[in-house]
Amino acid sequence: MAAHAETQTSHPNYVKVYIALLVLFAISVLGPLLGHLWITLITAFGIAVVKATLVAAYFMHLNIERRYIWYLLLTMLAFMGLLFAGVAPDVLAKSGQNWYHARTVQPPPPLHH
Amino acid sequence: MAHAGEFPVPLATRRSATGIPTGRLAVWWVLASEIVIFGGLLASYIMFRLHHPHWADEASHTKVWAGGFNTFVLLTSSLFAVLGHQAAEHGDGAKAARFLRLTVLGGLVFLGVKTIEWSGEIRHGFTIYRDLFWTFYYTATGLHGLHVLVGMIILWIVANDAARGKNLHRVELIGIYWHFVDAVWIFLFPLFYIAR
Repeated sequence: MAAHAETQTSHPNYVKVYIALLVLFAISVLGPLLGHLWITLITAFGIAVVKATLVAAYFMHLNIERRYIWYLLLTMLAFMGLLFAGVAPDVLAKSGQNWYHARTVQPPPPLHH
Repeated sequence: MAHAGEFPVPLATRRSATGIPTGRLAVWWVLASEIVIFGGLLASYIMFRLHHPHWADEASHTKVWAGGFNTFVLLTSSLFAVLGHQAAEHGDGAKAARFLRLTVLGGLVFLGVKTIEWSGEIRHGFTIYRDLFWTFYYTATGLHGLHVLVGMIILWIVANDAARGKNLHRVELIGIYWHFVDAVWIFLFPLFYIAR
């Protein structure tokens, strides 16, 4: 318990954070029903970022965690960005000598059920 | 010095070069590696999704109600996990154990819904081989489900310890892992269920 006692956390009102998460969740489901591309992108993905930030900040206590952990996590996210930046120009290319897989490029036949 | 019948406490569990307790630091390093695993998978999915507009038709066959309900379940289980952490910090092991067991229940409901969802999709021909969209779908949600299962097992072990007032600091550690699993689902849900 010694280590435990050394790391007492100041606890916010978690129920309030939870309610905020549920409200954001409702918006993320209802927003895309409007059928507008930008509203879908903002409500589905923008709100996903906000929700994940709330979970990380308050439930995982990143808001009071040492900077070392922030640097660690941001480095990993940077690696993810590096992967995307390195591979995307090839995967997204519309022309050139691309690897070709018919089932990937063309839609599969519709299913009747 | 350890007494007879006791295990000596290893140096690695007591030293703290970063000022962060070793157990918590270890959990963050595990999560750092998980970011690369899930991040790589999702970054690849986004790349292919941008290149293949017909995936929107395939995504329209996933069940929003199931994904939405599971989002609600995981968010609720995360609340239980953090309330368990709060109880543990107040030294109330029994209360912490109750919250952790509720978190396990949340995981069980999540996996139950996922099982129903998957079996329905497979029965209707949306198998992992149908299209690369479904390959990504089953790989990402399956890998996530595996993390839920592992989390449930560890939560149960930590809850049993907490109920006896033992190793209460571990309640926070498994909580951090569980919230990460929740955060991953927060991104999986719009990617596979909402964006059509």
